[in-house]
Amino acid sequence: MLKQIEGSRAVAEAVALCRPEVICAYPITPQTHIVEGLGEMVKTGELEGCEFINVESEFAALSVAIGASAAGARSYTATASQGLLFMAEAVYNASGLGLPIVMTIGNRAIGAPINIWNDQSDSMALRDAGWIQLFAETNQEAADLHVQAFKLAEALSCPVMVCVDGFILTHAYERVEIPTQAQVDAFLPPFEPRQVLDPAEPVSIGAMVGPEAFFEVRFLQHYKHFEALRLIPELAAEFAAVFGREAGGLCRSYRTENAETIVVALGSVNGTIKDVIDGMRDDGYPIGALTISSYRPFPLDEVKSALAHAKRVVVVEKCLSVGAGGIVSADVRKALAGTGIVTHTAVAGLGGRPIPSSSLRTLFERASLGALETVHFLDLNWEIVNREIARMKGQRRSGPTAENILRDLGLGAVTV
Amino acid sequence: MFQVRIHGRGGQGVVTSAELLSVAAFAEGRNAQAFPSFGSERMGAPVIAYCRIDDKEIRLREPVAVPDAVVIADPTLLHQVDLFNGLKPDGYIVVNSSRTPEQLGIAEFTNAFPAGHVCCVPATEIALEHIGKPLPNAALLGALAALTGRLRIESVVAAIEDRFSGKVAAGNAAAARACFAAVSSTATSEKTASLA
Repeated sequence: MLKQIEGSRAVAEAVALCRPEVICAYPITPQTHIVEGLGEMVKTGELEGCEFINVESEFAALSVAIGASAAGARSYTATASQGLLFMAEAVYNASGLGLPIVMTIGNRAIGAPINIWNDQSDSMALRDAGWIQLFAETNQEAADLHVQAFKLAEALSCPVMVCVDGFILTHAYERVEIPTQAQVDAFLPPFEPRQVLDPAEPVSIGAMVGPEAFFEVRFLQHYKHFEALRLIPELAAEFAAVFGREAGGLCRSYRTENAETIVVALGSVNGTIKDVIDGMRDDGYPIGALTISSYRPFPLDEVKSALAHAKRVVVVEKCLSVGAGGIVSADVRKALAGTGIVTHTAVAGLGGRPIPSSSLRTLFERASLGALETVHFLDLNWEIVNREIARMKGQRRSGPTAENILRDLGLGAVTV
Repeated sequence: MFQVRIHGRGGQGVVTSAELLSVAAFAEGRNAQAFPSFGSERMGAPVIAYCRIDDKEIRLREPVAVPDAVVIADPTLLHQVDLFNGLKPDGYIVVNSSRTPEQLGIAEFTNAFPAGHVCCVPATEIALEHIGKPLPNAALLGALAALTGRLRIESVVAAIEDRFSGKVAAGNAAAARACFAAVSSTATSEKTASLA
């Protein structure tokens, strides 16, 4: 049914259609509306056969999901930002144990300074934790990816994060086709666990493993991700056949025919990028875009072949590896090693800084002229940055940076 | 594409207002995207919400920088925040106030807009009368529909009834209709005046 609906509600309805048996919830902005919606559906009986567990922290949320999944229940939770960091130990446990939990991340910046707005630093911080990470471009895709995520997770016995840009998607009302229960049932079979805690057939899960076997266990996680590279496109094709629309896959090209410049990005910013590319194509620029939907596993071969004919690539990313630069662009550079294609990093949108189409247009025009630096910080206020650098050089006790900058901007930081 | 920016304060229902607007547009078969820009999440803090309406898929995810219409739910923001920033020269302005643009000190600015593109409507008073609470959000959508002609009042009412039920729905729908009627009659008299 086509609905005009909040992104979080669309995700909640899609998750409910997947017949989860245990949902562990701890609220954190901007993810809260998702588990609130699911809690309501459990309470009204709209979602049957599901235990909704309010826990005391994010660490507990994922730990309970781990226990439930090990006992053979289809398990789901959601979090964001500091919440994801707080459960970090359990994030590694879920993947290390091979438990097919699905977790939504309402992507949000990480403090300090405290910030509730969107970027993708949280998912990126856990990119090497062994979870599959799928990024949604629209709320339709956010809903659809959850249906695929349960099937993918359970096929591989590997947990999946579905990453949804906080506020920009989670709080956006737009049209979403919510599938029918029959469609989802036709696509997603009941959970058949590979391992299960059963008093009738006791096993232990989570044994201590020494140097003689740990390496092999870890390698087999890596192997599962290679399996995922094969399975993700298969599931996307199967999904399209059942639901009549495209969603997911490894990566998707947009107007890259004869493109000399190709823009690479994850998540909702791809919508704005596509609009900018249409405008530049109208003006004769040979430019296109590549949306990466599966960030882990990272589809090195597919990204390479999608970009192979470009002269240059601009990776627009909502994250920063402090001291190193781009995170997504490091993976893209790995894919393009030896090709001679120039790769630029454009760090953008940190802490919810808007990414306007006008700024992207200027950025892409500069790239097209070969005038873009290797690492660019989109719309960074250099005047403010330089003022703080001068302050730090000028006096030992220059004070806290965030508060100094708020004062420089006239935004009323607390003064002592 | 028709883009609306709504300014208010936390607790006034500004975000709900943009969401309802998108649902009303959806009811007319159009594509719509509503989203908030929260400041600090607290009562009384300035809040902005946006709504885009188009006949094709909306992919753009940036905040609305060049609105076709600005709705101001709290006129005390008028001299604190740059509410009209980027507003198109032939855009629309709806202010929740029982005072006139002259009394609000914005006439010099608003007089530059075409006749019938600016209205002040006492939405809070109308809401108090119909809902019993000073929640002007739904009422202001009635005013916006009347001023711009972009949306039928029935669609606004349908969005309200989709979101709320019982007395709350009835009160908000009545407030929206009352604002729609108030602005429609003003617009008619203005047009008559300009014809004369």
